[in-house]
Amino acid sequence: MKSLGKFGDFGGIFVPETLMPALEQLERSFLKLKYDEKFSSDLNGLLRKYAGRPTPLSFCENLSKEFGCKIYLKREDLLHTGAHKINNAIGQALLAKRIGKKRLIAETGAGQHGVAVATAGARLNFKTDVYMGAKDIERQKLNVLRMKLLGANVIPVESGSKTLKDAINEALRDWTGSIKDTHYLLGSVLGPHPYPTMIKFFQSVIGKETKKQILEAEGKLPDLIVACVGGGSNAIGIFNEFIKDKSIKLAGVEAGGSGIESGKHASRFSDKKLGRCGVVHGTKTYVLQDKYGQIHNTYSVAAGLDYCAVGPEHSFLRQIKRVEYYYATDKEAVEAFKILSRQEGIIPALESAHAVAYALKIAKTMKRDGIIVINLSGRGDKDLDQIEEIL
Amino acid sequence: MKSYNEVFEKLKRNNEGALITFTVIGDPNYKTSLEIIKKIVDAGADILELGLPFSDPIADGPTIQAADVRALNNGMNTDKVFEFIKEIRNYTDIPIGLLSYFNLVYQRGIEKFYKDAKNAGVNGILIADMPIEESNKIITEAKNNKIETVFMISPLTNNYRIKRIAENATGFVYVVSRLGVTGAKSSLEKSILSLIKRIRHFTNNPLCVGFGVSKPEHVKSVIKAGSDGAIVGSAIVDLIAKNINSKDKMLSKIYYYVKGMKEATQLMNRK
Repeated sequence: MKSLGKFGDFGGIFVPETLMPALEQLERSFLKLKYDEKFSSDLNGLLRKYAGRPTPLSFCENLSKEFGCKIYLKREDLLHTGAHKINNAIGQALLAKRIGKKRLIAETGAGQHGVAVATAGARLNFKTDVYMGAKDIERQKLNVLRMKLLGANVIPVESGSKTLKDAINEALRDWTGSIKDTHYLLGSVLGPHPYPTMIKFFQSVIGKETKKQILEAEGKLPDLIVACVGGGSNAIGIFNEFIKDKSIKLAGVEAGGSGIESGKHASRFSDKKLGRCGVVHGTKTYVLQDKYGQIHNTYSVAAGLDYCAVGPEHSFLRQIKRVEYYYATDKEAVEAFKILSRQEGIIPALESAHAVAYALKIAKTMKRDGIIVINLSGRGDKDLDQIEEIL
Repeated sequence: MKSYNEVFEKLKRNNEGALITFTVIGDPNYKTSLEIIKKIVDAGADILELGLPFSDPIADGPTIQAADVRALNNGMNTDKVFEFIKEIRNYTDIPIGLLSYFNLVYQRGIEKFYKDAKNAGVNGILIADMPIEESNKIITEAKNNKIETVFMISPLTNNYRIKRIAENATGFVYVVSRLGVTGAKSSLEKSILSLIKRIRHFTNNPLCVGFGVSKPEHVKSVIKAGSDGAIVGSAIVDLIAKNINSKDKMLSKIYYYVKGMKEATQLMNRK
C-alpha cells in the first residue's frame, strides 16, 4: 500500500490478508485515476447528465422568517435515486469499470445505497449483488423492489442482528472469495483504506458546489454547516471544502434513537459508556461496544444512521475539535421531518431530518443575518410507510 | 509446555504432518467446550488453535459465526477465555494458539492481552484482521512476552508481501487455501502446491494449510504438497452444531473424527 490511510491515530487497514491484494489494487487505481482527465470528464458527464448535478442550494423563506436567521438547504434529495449516495456509486462503478471488474457487490441498510449501486450497475453494465439484512428487507420493501427492477440481486442476510452491520460482514466475506472479478462498492466513508479517502473524494463535490452557491447568494460564507452522520459520507462531502475556513462552525448530528440513557441509539460520540475507539469492519474509529469489544447493536428510526461505527475521519475531526458532534432523537427527527414538509414543501429523508432538527434548535440562538446550511442528504419517499405508522 | 518448533521438528523426524484443530472457546458453553478440547487432545491433535468469539467475525464463514454466537450467548468473554486456557494448559502440554479479532485485543489493551496470554500458557497469537502493515505494536508485545506471531498468506498474496510476512512470522505460517467451499480437489492440489513452493522460497518456517480442510484426503493432499500441517476447524464445529442436544454423541463423534484426521497426517511418503 502507498499509505495506510490514517487520520491521526484513526483509520488504517484492519482486514484479513485475503483482502489485501484487492485493497492494494483499488488504492493503485484510485491514485492513478483521481487526476486522470478522461476519468474526470466521464465522471462529471455522468454526474451532470445522468445523476442531476449540480443540485440547487435552496433558501428556506418560511423557516428563516420563523427561526430568525438565514437557512439554506443543499438539495442532495433532488439527485437521481433520491440521495447523495449516487455520487459515490457512480464514481466507484466507473473506477471498477476501468480496473476491469465485472461484478459489483454492496451492502445496504435503508436501501438507498443499494438502489444507487443497482442504478450504477445497470447504467454501466455490471452484474450487481446487494447484501441486505433480513430485518431491513422487511422494513424497506419499496427499495428492495427498486433494486430488483434495476436488475440487481438482493441477498438477504440472516446472521447476527440481520441489519446493516451484518450486511457489511457478508459483503466482506463475499469479496474475500471473489476479488478477482468483483468490486466491493462500499457506501460510506468507512471500512479499510482506501475507502474513507476515496469516498470523500467522490462526495466532496457537495461542498464544492455549496461554497460557490452560497457565495453567489450571500456574498459570504455561512456561519454553520450541519449534516447528519451515520457512517458520515454526506457530512464529509459537505464539510471537506470548508475544513480550512476555521470561522465556520461544522456540526455533525448522530442518531439519538430513544435517547442516550436507553442504550437504544447510534450515537458513537455521545454515549460515554458504550462509545469508544475500537476496530470494526477494517477501520479504527469510534464504535459502540461492550467492555470486551463485542459490537453493540444499534437503533434508530433512520435505517441509514443505524450503524455501530462512525467514519474514521469524523473521529479525527472531533479529536482536533474542528467538527462538533451532537445527536437528535427519533422524536426530534420526526418533528423536524414534519416541519420541513409543511413549511417548505420538502419531505426529507429521516436521516437528513436529524440534521434539520439540530439546525432548527441552533437557529433560534443565531443572529438575524447568520447563515446556516443544512445538507439535505436525501428525500423522504422511502420513509412514508414508517412515518404513517408513527403518525 | 512444548514449543511449536519442538512439535514440528519431532513430527518431521517421524515423517508426519501436524494436525491443528480449531474450535471456538466457549462453544457451545464453557463446560462442554472444555470437554470437547480435552477429547481433541486425547484423539491426538498436535496443536490447538482456539478462537475468541467475536460478534462480527468477517474472516469466518457461517459455521464459525454460529459458534461465536453460541459462545457469546452463553456468557463467554475475554476474562473467562484466559481462565479457560489455563484449564486446558493444566490438561496438556501441546502448543496452544489463539485466534482473535483485533478489537478484542485492543479493548483489553495490547500489552495486557499479551501478558495475560503468556500467563495462561499461550504459545502463539494470530489476529485475523491484522495485516502485516498494522502489526508493529503486536509484534513488539509478542516478542516481549515470548509469544509467537502467526500470520496468514493467501493464494493472491504477491511475492513482495510474502517476503515481508515471512520475515515477521514466527511459529508457523497459516496458508489460506480455498478448498472446502466448492470441494474442487484437483484444482486444490495444483494451487496449493504452487503457493507452498512460492512461500518456501522465502522462509523455512513451518507452513500449515487451513480453510476448508475437512476430510482425511484433504489432509493427505496438503501434506503431500509440502506443507507441515493441516488446520481443521469448521468440520469440528459442524459436529458441535449438529449434535448440540447430545453431548456424549458429540464428544464421541469429534474424538473419532480428529483421530481419523490425525492418522491422515502419518505414514506418508512426503517426498
